[in-house]
Amino acid sequence: MILQPSTTTINPLDFEARTGWAIKPEGACKGDVCVPLPDGRLHDGTFEVKALAARLGMPIVVDEASGLRALGPDTAVTGRALTTATAPDLVLPDLDGTPCRIADLRPHRVVLVAWASW
Amino acid sequence: MWQALREELHPQGIEIVTVALDTGGADAARPFIEAARPTHPSLIDRAHLCDELLGIVNVPSSVWIDEHGTIVRPAEPAWPGSTPVLDMLPELTAEVPLERKNVIDEIRRFHITPEITAIMLRDWAERGADSRYVLSPDEVIVRSLPRGIDEAAAAAHFELAQHLHLAGDHDAAVVHFRNAHRLDPSNWTYKRQAWSLETSDTTGTVERYGTGWLESVQAIGAEQYYPEIRP
Repeated sequence: MILQPSTTTINPLDFEARTGWAIKPEGACKGDVCVPLPDGRLHDGTFEVKALAARLGMPIVVDEASGLRALGPDTAVTGRALTTATAPDLVLPDLDGTPCRIADLRPHRVVLVAWASW
Repeated sequence: MWQALREELHPQGIEIVTVALDTGGADAARPFIEAARPTHPSLIDRAHLCDELLGIVNVPSSVWIDEHGTIVRPAEPAWPGSTPVLDMLPELTAEVPLERKNVIDEIRRFHITPEITAIMLRDWAERGADSRYVLSPDEVIVRSLPRGIDEAAAAAHFELAQHLHLAGDHDAAVVHFRNAHRLDPSNWTYKRQAWSLETSDTTGTVERYGTGWLESVQAIGAEQYYPEIRP
């Protein structure tokens, strides 16, 4: 998740859209997994990036020249690429730019096949 | 490539969704998709979200998602019963240049087993949740690749690199692509994507990275390029 140079807080909805982690009363939740959060929610509903990142084991890397930063994926729960077997809510465009939500293909079972032109 | 298997399995409740992991976006993927004329969803993942969210590190890879939205097989190599990669491997004759011969030698060492994917998918189509190839949620997580701080930082560097490249600052992007490669050396998606932004033939040394496909495969081992599918 790209963070602008001046960003110190994160909007929960933006965070969920990019990472799949939803901020709920019980903590940060992804699928059937919830991680309790410290009292980091600010009065405007946002969260301190550093506190959230530390709790979920998300590294933050910096581009020194521009000041841009990127928040990496979580490592604190399973230490694997998948934190839960619940599929992420992926929405991707087709060639014409029309968005397709994978979950809307249910009740079909989906075989997602990744390929590339390179 | 997947169209024939899709036509066979779709009546049994299976949908194929192909996703192009391509910084070049629709322009890069278009010639291939238009040639294949798929009837299944054929999508573009310009930001490589699937790499991070599903743990995909090379292509082709598949992830199985059941009718409840649960992943029942994590990312693994996948072919629809055949692959032109093997079919097109030329016989090694004296006329084949040495570098080309070395590339072919490495490809021959890959674990490419196209028939296994098709057998597994037909079984899932027929038996659904009772298929022997459907994994429990715990097994799905355990079989997904390890992700420590290095791999997660590599993902962040890769995202920064893509962002900077698309913003027009390619020199800055290369720094972060290199960091991603260093921190997660077995992630072929990071390497192949970055190299392809420099040259169309990435088998040899890509100057800006001081390495390329052949050297990297030889360094890490061809057997690691596609992990053996564990039915």
